Amino acid sequence: MLHEPAVQAGKDPAFPFKRKLGVRLFCVYALVYAAFIAINVIKPQIMETIVLGGLNLAVIYGFGLILFALILALIYSSICSRRERSLAESKGA
Amino acid sequence: MVQALPVVLFILIVSLVLAMSFYFARKAKSASGYYAAGGSIHWGVNGIAFAGDYLSAASFLGICGMIATAGYDGFLYSIGYLAGWIVALFIVAEPLKRLGKYTFTDAIDSKFNSKGIKLMAAISTLVVSLFYLIPQMVGAGVLVTPLLGLPHYVGVIMVGIIVITIVATAGMTSTTYVQFIKGALLIVFSTILVVGLCVRGLSTTPDQGGQVPFHDYVSIPASRSGDTIVPADASYRVQSVTTVKGVELARLEKSGLVTWWQVETVDGSLSLRETQSVVTLASGERLVNGRAESADNRLALVGNMERIDGQTGEAADTGPISPFRFLALIGSPDSTIRLWKEVKLKDGDDKVSVYYDRPVSGNRIMRPGLSFKVEGTPLERIDFISLMIALFLGTAALPHILIRYYTVPSPKAARKSTIVAIAAIGAFYILTLFMGLGAMTNGVVNLADNNMSAPLLARSFGTFLFSMISAIAFATVLGTVSGLIIAASGAVAHDLMDRFGGIIKDDKHKVRAGKVAAFVVGALAIVLGILFKGQNVSFLVGLAFAVAASANLPSIVMMLFWKRTTSKGISASILVGILSSIGLILLSPTMFELFGLDPASAPFPLKNPGIVSIPLSFITIVVVSLLTKADQLPEPGEKAALLQKA
Repeated sequence: MLHEPAVQAGKDPAFPFKRKLGVRLFCVYALVYAAFIAINVIKPQIMETIVLGGLNLAVIYGFGLILFALILALIYSSICSRRERSLAESKGA
Repeated sequence: MVQALPVVLFILIVSLVLAMSFYFARKAKSASGYYAAGGSIHWGVNGIAFAGDYLSAASFLGICGMIATAGYDGFLYSIGYLAGWIVALFIVAEPLKRLGKYTFTDAIDSKFNSKGIKLMAAISTLVVSLFYLIPQMVGAGVLVTPLLGLPHYVGVIMVGIIVITIVATAGMTSTTYVQFIKGALLIVFSTILVVGLCVRGLSTTPDQGGQVPFHDYVSIPASRSGDTIVPADASYRVQSVTTVKGVELARLEKSGLVTWWQVETVDGSLSLRETQSVVTLASGERLVNGRAESADNRLALVGNMERIDGQTGEAADTGPISPFRFLALIGSPDSTIRLWKEVKLKDGDDKVSVYYDRPVSGNRIMRPGLSFKVEGTPLERIDFISLMIALFLGTAALPHILIRYYTVPSPKAARKSTIVAIAAIGAFYILTLFMGLGAMTNGVVNLADNNMSAPLLARSFGTFLFSMISAIAFATVLGTVSGLIIAASGAVAHDLMDRFGGIIKDDKHKVRAGKVAAFVVGALAIVLGILFKGQNVSFLVGLAFAVAASANLPSIVMMLFWKRTTSKGISASILVGILSSIGLILLSPTMFELFGLDPASAPFPLKNPGIVSIPLSFITIVVVSLLTKADQLPEPGEKAALLQKA
């Protein structure tokens, strides 16, 4: 017996597009995150460099990773919603 | 002494939570209502509930405690935990919502309908949930002592009973609203605390908001004579000198009072610096700083700046400052913070813990390296990488997080709720850096247990804030434990008893089985919470992430992105992920230390297993899938279509 979702979702024509976009944005973030780890293990002293307003690279990069995640998430959602709308409209037309 | 306000607020929050559970109980009659809140939760509520689920005792108590004692290294947990949501949003959110029903097992088994997957995924859910439950229960015990004046084990038992009541009465609906309220309160009151910190500013003589006079630890000039030390102050008599892990300590006696002092050389001059100590005598009696432990004689709270941007004394007091200035001043190379460390030794039949401080410059505090040995041996660096990988990949594999995708009506709502979660969780994690550093510099760090740093920081702003923060922290534990127990009970009743064993007769039977499972898992969590007392809760959660990332993530990712994945490949991958991650943890230096063995003799040299166990699980799924390709049944058409052709 197969498991049915709690709430049945209809076909989603935007799914392949969203999946591809998700993977690309994931790769972008993973690269920035990997660079953060790399700096910390290769030359952690760089993290002491004062970058902006007396704040060092460690703080700026750390906060940056948190904010970057939110920015990418908003971009992703906005593009996905636009694609879902346009596909729904073209189907309706 | 226990104050009335914290007790009243605590009872109020617990009553609110229980009232909500009984109110929503009517919605939990069906399995869909009990396990997935009927899939009817609004995405905004679910997003904050995600934050409530995720911002567990580890985030609030553990991270703040780790930042308070190890600076930026604690903040790395915040960064890693938040980064994990990227994997959740971009890779798993929508497909999982589309394929699953009540548990994450439903989603990964949706293409296969395999008994092996059901069994393995259910076991994995139980194991990860239990690993994650331990730190939450430890956190509960930590909170009740200062809040209600009760022993650690009473707090653990109390949380266990309340949570079992919440879960057994109303399941996922009440859990969701508990999470929502708790998540929102946590962010609001943490913000208030950080605003208070900035308004107070920085000082080299913090006095906990005027409640406790600042204690300046003294140094006595001394000289070395042969194997012993001679203090300049003749009223002290040196009884013994010993070196433990590179720290030279002297036991001094003055007027019958025996205390421990650190031997240090500053600018070429030898001196003895005051420490704090706990001596456990062979009889079991405990001496704190030489005197019998009592309500009036406990370890003093510590942590202060010695220099602020080159200034000392009253001239260094900043008055109100902006949040950025707060961070800049603490991180300045011209600032010095006194950080405390613990060293343990045997003194005859007595067990001694000596807590000593040392000056650390601001620029070292505000970059990695105090706790994680990023400048150490290659193995120590690999250990750090391993932790960061596990944090990044663990979030999207946590069963109690994944089941929250089934509480919203559509994949689009799943996506939107994840974004709300990222915004709320990200904001909170930024606040953790301020709260942790605030505790470090405001003299509120409890040397025996750094998990209490954030609530104790709140106490320095008055009883109300302390009461609210502590009550919210307690609700934090309640909420997260509820989510974990729901996930575990779903694994037992839905995955094992119904899908795997086929012994569930109807919907009502499934709900009843889930409630019994919740009771058993809750009881087990109580026992584990008592056994693991004293461990840093964030560290323990880091291990839970490693197990989740090793056991669950490879199968989720490969099922979604590799068409040749087979059911046997998934089952084998989950099994290898669980066994390798737990096996490596048991063989790690951390466990050796926990059980009183020499950490250097641990067969596996890393504390964090992810860098080995995650790739191993991926390799297993690929190899076994390729080997068992011929055995694979044709994919059930309509299910495959959901994924591949949607």
